[in-house]
Amino acid sequence: MRTIFKVFQYELRDVVRSKWVILYTLFYLLITDALFRFGSDTSRAMVSLMNIIILLIPLVSIIFGTMYFYNARDFVEMLLSQPIERKRLFIGLFSGLALPLSGGFVLGVCLPFAIHSGKIYDMSSFVMLLASGILLTFIFIALALFISTKTDDKVRGLGISLLVWLFCAVLYDGLIWLIIAYFGDYPLEKAMIGLTIANPVDLARIVIMLKFDIAALMGYTGAVFEKFFGSLVGITIAGSSLILWIVAPLFAGMKLFNKKDF
Amino acid sequence: MIEIQHIHKKFGKLQVLNALDLSIQSGKITAIVGPNGSGKTTLIKCILGLATPDSGTITINNFNCLLNSEYRNDIGYMPQIARFPENLTALEVIEMLVDIRHSEEMYDNELIELLNLQKEMRKPLRTLSGGTRQKVSAVIAFLFQPNILIFDEPTAGLDPISSSRLKDKILKARQDGKTIIITSHIMSEIEELADEVVFLLDGKILFQESVVDILANTSESTLERAIAGRMANSMYVEHIS
Amino acid sequence: MVYFIVNCICVLFCVSATFASEIFYVGKGENYTSIKSALSKATKGDRIILKKGNYQEGEIIIDKEIELIGEDSPKIDGNNTYQPITIKANNVTIKGITVVNSKRSYINDFAAVKAMNVRNLTINNCHFSNNYFAVYLSKCSNCTIKNNLIESSSESETTSGNGIHQWYCDSIDIQDNTIRGHRDGIYLEFSHHAFIRNNISEKNLRYGLHFMFSDSCTYIDNTFRNNGSGVAVMYTKHITMIHNKFEHNWGSASYGMLLKEIYDSYMQGNTFTENTVGIFAESCNRNLIKGNEFTRNGWAIKVYSSSSENSFVDNNFSGNSFNVSTNGTHNTNTFNGNYWSEYNGYDINHDGIGDVPFRPVRLFSLLIEKQPPALILLRSIFVDVMDIAERIMPSLTPETLIDNEPKMKPNK
Repeated sequence: MRTIFKVFQYELRDVVRSKWVILYTLFYLLITDALFRFGSDTSRAMVSLMNIIILLIPLVSIIFGTMYFYNARDFVEMLLSQPIERKRLFIGLFSGLALPLSGGFVLGVCLPFAIHSGKIYDMSSFVMLLASGILLTFIFIALALFISTKTDDKVRGLGISLLVWLFCAVLYDGLIWLIIAYFGDYPLEKAMIGLTIANPVDLARIVIMLKFDIAALMGYTGAVFEKFFGSLVGITIAGSSLILWIVAPLFAGMKLFNKKDF
Repeated sequence: MIEIQHIHKKFGKLQVLNALDLSIQSGKITAIVGPNGSGKTTLIKCILGLATPDSGTITINNFNCLLNSEYRNDIGYMPQIARFPENLTALEVIEMLVDIRHSEEMYDNELIELLNLQKEMRKPLRTLSGGTRQKVSAVIAFLFQPNILIFDEPTAGLDPISSSRLKDKILKARQDGKTIIITSHIMSEIEELADEVVFLLDGKILFQESVVDILANTSESTLERAIAGRMANSMYVEHIS
Repeated sequence: MVYFIVNCICVLFCVSATFASEIFYVGKGENYTSIKSALSKATKGDRIILKKGNYQEGEIIIDKEIELIGEDSPKIDGNNTYQPITIKANNVTIKGITVVNSKRSYINDFAAVKAMNVRNLTINNCHFSNNYFAVYLSKCSNCTIKNNLIESSSESETTSGNGIHQWYCDSIDIQDNTIRGHRDGIYLEFSHHAFIRNNISEKNLRYGLHFMFSDSCTYIDNTFRNNGSGVAVMYTKHITMIHNKFEHNWGSASYGMLLKEIYDSYMQGNTFTENTVGIFAESCNRNLIKGNEFTRNGWAIKVYSSSSENSFVDNNFSGNSFNVSTNGTHNTNTFNGNYWSEYNGYDINHDGIGDVPFRPVRLFSLLIEKQPPALILLRSIFVDVMDIAERIMPSLTPETLIDNEPKMKPNK
């Protein structure tokens, strides 16, 4: 544990010194503040914030993460010749980026929230928004770590990361579109729930949307979704899915990392 | 005593180490030589745990290296090309290593002065020249006074003064009873430093002999010629057998 | 001169003798302790003043032209077993009383006040609470229902009636009332020339306003909010609707306003805010929808292709999930001079009209009309990309459903 913390500590210093995280935090700070300040009402601001979260967090996390992990090769190689267990180094590496990045996001969103707190009435959806943002950061950094461990070529790794993002954030929904268009005559609600749970970006998007009462727009489908995600089973499954999305790439990445030749 | 038993290592289709057996004696300087691509660096990385052999075992003082990382507490390593976190200074790197190792031992930073590094310690590593980075790397190798020291092409890129000071330091370490492994292409350097020579070819050990024996068993006057002759001879033997 | 004055006094005397020849006081310690006993004595033009108190007299039938005036809100209680007041005479006025607990029934439409075949009924400043129907007018004309508070706390549609109910009526004024918690707030069927102004109809179980076959009615300055299904109007022509507010009718089957077979009507200056669907139009023809505000609705307008020749002019559309949605490629409705918050064209000659036409129908909304489950893709990046592609190269959205003169700034 001590080693993990030390690795985390030095990486944190390096990450903060790279200034990207500060820019990232500032970005959320400005956007959130603008949304609260100039938006007509809070729930509208929150929905806009949701759009930004869904779009940017996965993209920034996976691209910045992949780049960072390639650049951290030197750090890793130097530490590997030291008496440090690889597993601990790996966990330290992951948390050294995931924590400051999600921390930057939380700070950037919460500070304006605290300033304009008089305007907010719906605490639970705000918490949901934050939780989704943090989980998505963790998921896409875990994926970035896996990809950069798997592929030695930096350009290739970045390409793969971009593809993974494109798939999760865009193409996957195209797939759902096609399924709906071709199999619309069958009751699709359960299949849709399954498909949604399988993709963390969609899952986050829908869970937040349901929070913001958009379910009413969705008619019967919305009712089915609301019922599922409102139930204990639904929440548990959704939560487990998100956790699995963090744990699975981390675990696979760690297995690779343990055997990797530097 | 470092025992390497029957290790194999493949990178893709390339068999880099092929059923290699080797034992390295304590308290001596062992030089690993061989042509480019013969597996010297890979062998060192296997000992360090930077690369994992596909099969075989490596033990240091009867301790299995592949199971745990603790043994690296006793190893100092100077890589062929020094790689550091670029945003940190040399001093910060050293502080970090001290912090991570949490070692109570005395630190040996004599080399900072010997290699004239005092002024470079507070500059970010990315701004330092290749040679200076090599020097920092050398300092780090000796820092924790380990019993095993591994040098991968230690003097490549160093100026003659630094090079000779480093060599002095290595010889002094030998006097202190440390086990030292070194790779080099410079035969005069090996002749000057090494007790034993291990010759690697295509991932196998062609021969392992003491420098004294090699010189005695051939009529050549220098180690370079002796080894070349020894190598040609072995390859001929291998060829006809 | 003296003759003239005497003459005037004479006339005044005669007038008062005709219209309020006598006043009956009803209440504790008054000449009359029950409304019924006063009623039995009263004749045409008399006034009954009801003092504060709780009157439980079963069914009171007003069959004379009298005024029933309450002082300090006297309460008439139907005990959930009677229809408290039935009116069978013309020119009756009821003011300032509270009527509660009318009988409920699945067969008969019991009401707090029921009027049948009468003219010139006035109901002002009354409070109706916990009744089945509150004010029920059948075959009445020229009546005024003004400044009443009508509320009920029903839980199901079957155990609740309408707030103000008109059936085969003509020229009824309904003004300044607040109606909440009934089945439909205001209900009209086969009624014409109604004038409905400045009422608030909210939290009703079904519709805030509901009418059928009721031509030539006017609706001004009313607010319909938080009703179970919003407002539904059907089978009617020549409606005028001005400056009404349709707010937060939010639910999977809710509409700001549902129009079905509405012809030749005019809707101007209304605001539709946060409704699941702002206006839903099916088989509606030749209506002019002008200068309305559509803000933050799920769908601002759903117009089915069975509707034709409607004009949507000078409206403002801001922050709706979908601006216009339709179910086919055929369209004869026109959209012109509207402001669309999503519009990002340019205006080179600075005349306030965008130089690039705007297509308000998203490709995504077409998919949703065919496959409602697709709505789970709402706010997905993929959908946005598809919509942009469709906007650049329209291929599936109706070709004629286009605003050729979109405004750069909201219409005032």
